[in-house]
Amino acid sequence: MIPLSWYLIFSAALFCVGLFGVLGRRNAIAILMGVELMLNAVNVNLVAFWRYITPDSISGQVFAVIVFAVAAAEVAVGLALIISIYRRRESIVAEQMDLMKW
Amino acid sequence: MTIAQIIFIIIAAASLGAAFMVVSSRNLIHSALWLIVALAGIAIVFVFLQAPFLAVVQVVVYIGAISILLIFAIMLTRKVASDSGPKFNENWIWGLVLSIILFIGFVYLLYTWPGISTPIEPLASRADPLRELGVALVSPNGYVLAFELASILLLAALIGAIYIAWERK
Repeated sequence: MIPLSWYLIFSAALFCVGLFGVLGRRNAIAILMGVELMLNAVNVNLVAFWRYITPDSISGQVFAVIVFAVAAAEVAVGLALIISIYRRRESIVAEQMDLMKW
Repeated sequence: MTIAQIIFIIIAAASLGAAFMVVSSRNLIHSALWLIVALAGIAIVFVFLQAPFLAVVQVVVYIGAISILLIFAIMLTRKVASDSGPKFNENWIWGLVLSIILFIGFVYLLYTWPGISTPIEPLASRADPLRELGVALVSPNGYVLAFELASILLLAALIGAIYIAWERK
């Protein structure tokens, strides 16, 4: 069967790709996509640990379901913010959103 | 190497490749379509982990709802979908270095952890993970509080999203 380490390395790689997207992209929607990738990597980790370490208790899957709900809430609010900023400033480049920068 | 391992490697490689395309594609619509490929690969990984409910939720919530929401947002901000400026900010090289260092750190940490070689055990034959999950989410001894909090969070987030995106005259 597939060893646990394969799942963990897969999710670590996915997390780092998402992190690079968050840190490196200029477009705010692209940054949100990076956040989605990171959340998915976390979910793979949670389910892999549930299956290998604690298959008797379902808490790993419950945690993953809660992460799904939080991800949906996060993307809804994030996109609403981006659309609102686009209306006012005609731009969704992250480094131009500096109204509150000191 | 068994058939399952070969299939897993193919799925994982496709998923990671799609994730790379998500963060490196200039056109945001292409990014969103690659994101769908990556999420579908993760749904297959959930099937490998014997979590079929999560695989279905992944397809319905992520591929069906979140990706479509992202594509809507990209189209509503159409003028910048394929903007002429650079796609990365000036600090992207530091982001890349940090990501690679973090990945190496993760792998090092994993292989110093003794539980890494835990063998997989078959699920108890009479246990039904889906039923267990359903009961755990609504039983007072389980996670009913977290479940209700998540539903309130979703409601508040959606109302907030409507309020924020409302066009004021």
